Amino acid sequence: MSALVVLPVVVPLLAAAVLLLFRGQREFQRVLATGATALLLVVSAVLLAQVSAQGILAVQLGGWQAPFGITFVADHLSAIMVLITAVMALASAVYALVDIDPEREASGFHPLFQVLLVGINGAFLTGDLFNLFVWFEVMLIASFVLLTLGSSRAQLEGGIKYVSVNLVASMLFLTAIGLLYGFTGTLNMADLAVVLPEHDAGLVTTIAMLFMVAFGIKAAVFPLFFWLPASYHTPPIAISAFFAGMLTKVGVYALIRTFTLLFVADVGYTHTILLWIGGLTMVTGVLTAAAQNDIRKILSFHIVSQIGYLIVALALYTPLALAGAVFYLVHVIIAKANLFLIAGITRRLSGSFDLRHIGGLFQHAPFLSVLFLISALGLAGIPPLSGFWAKLLVIAAALEAAQWWVTGVALAVGLLTLFSMTKIWQYAFWSPLTNGVVLAQRPSRLLYAPTIALALLILLLGLWSEPLIALSDAAAAELLDPSRYVQAVLGPATSDVGLGAGHAPVAGGRP
Amino acid sequence: MLSAVLIAFAFALGAPFMKRLAGDRAGWWLALLPAGLTVWYLSYLPSVAAGESIREVTAWVPRLGITLAMRMDGLSLLMALIVAGIGTAIVIYAGGYLKGDPKLPRFYLILLAFMAAMLGVVTSDDLISLFVFWELTSITSYFLVGYKHESAGSRASALQALLVTAGGGLAMLAGFLLIAVITGSTSISALLADPSMLLASPLLPAVIVLIAIGAFTKSAQFPFHFWLPNAMAAPTPVSAYLHSATMVKAGVYLLARLAPVFTGEPVWVWLLTLVGATTVVVAAALALLQRDSKALLAYSTIVALATMVMLIGVGGEFAGGAVVVFLLAHALYKAPLFMVAGSVDHEAGTRDVTALRGLGRVMPITWATALVAGISAAGLPPLFGFIAKEVAYEAFLGAIPWLLLPLVAAGAVLLMVAALVAWRPFVGREVMAPRAVHEAPFAMLVGPAVLALAGLLFGLAPGLLVDGLLVPAAVAVIGAPYTFYLELWHGLTPELGLSALTVALGLLLSWRWIALNAGLRSRFEGSRTGPAGAYQAFADGLVPFAEAFTRRVQPQDLRLHLSIIIGVAVAATGITGLLMGTLVLRVAHPIGYFYEYLVVAVAVAAALAAARASSRLVAIIALGVLGFAIAILFVFFAAPDLAMTQFLVETLIVIIVALVLIRLPRGSLRERGDRTARLVTGVIAVSGGLLVTSLMLTVTLEPLDLRLADFFAAASYPSALGRNIVNVILVDFRAIDTLGEIAVLVVAAVGVYALLRRRASRSEPMGAGPPRATDGEGEGT
Repeated sequence: MSALVVLPVVVPLLAAAVLLLFRGQREFQRVLATGATALLLVVSAVLLAQVSAQGILAVQLGGWQAPFGITFVADHLSAIMVLITAVMALASAVYALVDIDPEREASGFHPLFQVLLVGINGAFLTGDLFNLFVWFEVMLIASFVLLTLGSSRAQLEGGIKYVSVNLVASMLFLTAIGLLYGFTGTLNMADLAVVLPEHDAGLVTTIAMLFMVAFGIKAAVFPLFFWLPASYHTPPIAISAFFAGMLTKVGVYALIRTFTLLFVADVGYTHTILLWIGGLTMVTGVLTAAAQNDIRKILSFHIVSQIGYLIVALALYTPLALAGAVFYLVHVIIAKANLFLIAGITRRLSGSFDLRHIGGLFQHAPFLSVLFLISALGLAGIPPLSGFWAKLLVIAAALEAAQWWVTGVALAVGLLTLFSMTKIWQYAFWSPLTNGVVLAQRPSRLLYAPTIALALLILLLGLWSEPLIALSDAAAAELLDPSRYVQAVLGPATSDVGLGAGHAPVAGGRP
Repeated sequence: MLSAVLIAFAFALGAPFMKRLAGDRAGWWLALLPAGLTVWYLSYLPSVAAGESIREVTAWVPRLGITLAMRMDGLSLLMALIVAGIGTAIVIYAGGYLKGDPKLPRFYLILLAFMAAMLGVVTSDDLISLFVFWELTSITSYFLVGYKHESAGSRASALQALLVTAGGGLAMLAGFLLIAVITGSTSISALLADPSMLLASPLLPAVIVLIAIGAFTKSAQFPFHFWLPNAMAAPTPVSAYLHSATMVKAGVYLLARLAPVFTGEPVWVWLLTLVGATTVVVAAALALLQRDSKALLAYSTIVALATMVMLIGVGGEFAGGAVVVFLLAHALYKAPLFMVAGSVDHEAGTRDVTALRGLGRVMPITWATALVAGISAAGLPPLFGFIAKEVAYEAFLGAIPWLLLPLVAAGAVLLMVAALVAWRPFVGREVMAPRAVHEAPFAMLVGPAVLALAGLLFGLAPGLLVDGLLVPAAVAVIGAPYTFYLELWHGLTPELGLSALTVALGLLLSWRWIALNAGLRSRFEGSRTGPAGAYQAFADGLVPFAEAFTRRVQPQDLRLHLSIIIGVAVAATGITGLLMGTLVLRVAHPIGYFYEYLVVAVAVAAALAAARASSRLVAIIALGVLGFAIAILFVFFAAPDLAMTQFLVETLIVIIVALVLIRLPRGSLRERGDRTARLVTGVIAVSGGLLVTSLMLTVTLEPLDLRLADFFAAASYPSALGRNIVNVILVDFRAIDTLGEIAVLVVAAVGVYALLRRRASRSEPMGAGPPRATDGEGEGT
């Protein structure tokens, strides 16, 4: 069953290869891309089920036992992230069938999207620090090209900011890896978790700061978030939505992973810094969002704000808080991406993303209004939607840890989030149409399908949160007890799976 | 009990279809839901009267210990009957009031959803599920207040109501979660049964304040009172239902529900009595300024709510009994008064009480209803409102008598409001109104009339309710066994004297109202001070503030972004290193050959040249020299393969960037950025260099761990069948890294292709050539 661990990378990788080969065949590409993404969803669901049933799964790639080769590891956190990636990927892929123009398809949208999935899933599943860097690079290049696909001036301008800042993050990440390798001689994260406590805690903490900044850029925390609102509103909505949902969360994932598994030598220092970063990120994001009038920009700044909650949850570093972080991750990915998708339909109906030119949608598109409300109120944490439980867990954890100011900030930011969401509602849906248009033509059902599915998910996770809370609890328990991760990776070899069929492991001589 | 709530929600979702099926009579059909619920709740009466409380537990989120527990005791039953009973009247009334409105189906949906949520609030036995229903009432209230959303005023009022109540709700949630953290449970029954853990906690004052904020916002207590009069932008059935009879009582309900836990705690007593007293004074004073019948009723509602808050704060047996009596009396007279005001507005076309006279002639039934309800509101016998006022006075006399001072004054204002709404527009010889007036339709008469008559009935025969409903409700508020009886006449008591005083003052106010109102309006009209002004300042100021804030934290210039980001990286790591004492500039092997120093000197010179260069070409060439110098150092330290790679990469970069530069407009690097900016950048760059150097030196001081290197050397040939260890690492040990890098290159190629394709297909120039997004090969092992 361990082959399952690599499938979330293999499926999109193969799909990308085939899609590149059949570049000219538009219909074939559309069918294959959607099918591969659907298959990814199945594979990811099976993976999470397996992890739930059997505990952490590890596979030594090429059969080289850790720490010498590269290990792929699926614990609850990884498996949950992989599954939610697949859910969002399928939603975006279906939406993209209408949203992405033939020109972009011919330029390689479908294979690029699959490569992006390869990078994201690789990052979630790898147990090797340098390999994580490689997947970050795969993600970065794929997202950069997707971001600029179409080459409008705004896209290139946003794209350059995106790629420059992210390359700085890569450089810092690589420097930090080099330094860490310099005195530990290993890259395997489980192995690092074992050897790091033997080294000078001060040095480890100093290098940890480099990782914190590098991942902080990826996660778009204060004061490193500039690239996100400068770029996310430029590409077509199907791409924006997926980026908005997933990309920063890979940075958050990396922060969670490294600051629970590796850099816990001086939690009082590192996690206090994270707490401040989280608090400032929440406030900055929500205030900057209040200044915007373009729906996509409002939503983009809110991504930053929501990242703050995740960082705060990580910083609190308690079982409840980490469970909250995991639940929050899943919730915010769905809610945020769906708001982008809905904004895309709004734009098709009204011809604009600018709130000052939109109106009357409650009257003309009541169904869309309901979809928007579910997602927006969900994001604002109104019960009984998914965001309520996410906020409840984080705030309860903050109270439990007696972190009063963070509690206060989290609550106030929640209120301002509600303000931002009602701003969109009041302008686009409630206010009478003044100088805009409502197109008579109905947007394709294919655009609605993913938004309906995601809205239902938001509702379901709110009404019946128990299963996800149970999974989040399990993830948190694993994160706070790294020995389970270490044992899964360094313990008795779990398998001997090669990547390709032609790569038969050589018997004998293995450590 | 949960099923009742769920059925109500389901019914709400089906309401739009009912409108389609039954047309204008939909209101009557839909009223079957609240009517049925009323009957259903009445079935609990015998067991509740016997002193039982019925509890049902439905699991919801077992991991967090959160349940959908429901409990029916006297207080819950009283509230549930008010919600369902008045709901019946309202649903019928709304069918007449909003007849022909195309948005009516949505209206019913939200109204019934509100009712379901409100029933959830008053029967929940779990703090978190109570909060869930509580927030749903805020949200449904938002949509109902903003029902006429084409008007900007309605939208602003809706938003204000939402932000105030939801903000308070968040404080309340924090309070609830604190209780959960302290006691480990969210069950209300458990808390009431044993509050000792909570009471012993040093956080108790915080819990009380947070929960009280939630209750105060919902029940429109000072300084959060201002949203309620603005919420009158809602259609009148909504004002009657949510904003007088039910939702605004949720705060009072919550305080009453938790009163057995907190009664006697100084923070509780003083917070509730002082806020209540302040609210009474403020709302009574503001009521004097009003002419709109709904606004008058809104302020009188605030006074009534504040009275109940004060009673709960005072605590004790008399107060507990008084709260529940007052609660019921207020619901029975205020809802019909609102509906009457709505009927007048509906038929006569205005709510300005100065513009209406003589309506009693054309709207006799409405007037009769208004009179009965108005007498109760004024606190005059023989109505139930009289009894409620008497018992309230009695409770204060026995506890904190000076609180009667504001109450008597406010009682006078309440009488004045009743006179203005139920008397003044109806009397007079001639009908005066903006348009021709007829009696309201039957649907708008029956509900208020029944409610007003109920007030009369319970006034004449209060014994009907006491043992079955009011005593159990009072017991729930007091938290201890208690019994009482109510009488219309109970002798010449001090309370009666106070009542007489109130009535006298009230009549005086009503008599001199026109002059008083005009005088006050000319003084205070339009002044924006106090909490309402503060909210306005917040609402008006938030966006400009956010814009200014955004300009500061979200600069547009990419170079500034990069400076900040690298600066943060250097500062965060550097400061940490200094704090931890890990930064050293000690070299393990200080002696080197002179030609090594020579190469280093070249590298430094190249770096300086690049920093000082005024032309891009010079800068890029200088960087190339720097790269070559480093590659030569690799050669010295026995890494020829690394050196080769570095040579190739540097050469390619110089060539490609030079090619790009040729296509860029000529310009000097000095043009952009002033001296300080350059200085700051320089400091960041130099400290960054020092930092990394120092970290490198620190790391090299640690013993080198060669486990991996040894293994690769040992296993490369026997296991992986390759003599070149680096190659084996790349294609076998760490093959997946290489796979990823290949993917990077392929994507870069696709990207370049896409860019060129675009350029070929349209002539618009796109500035710089193909973006070089690929990084160098980064095989770190």
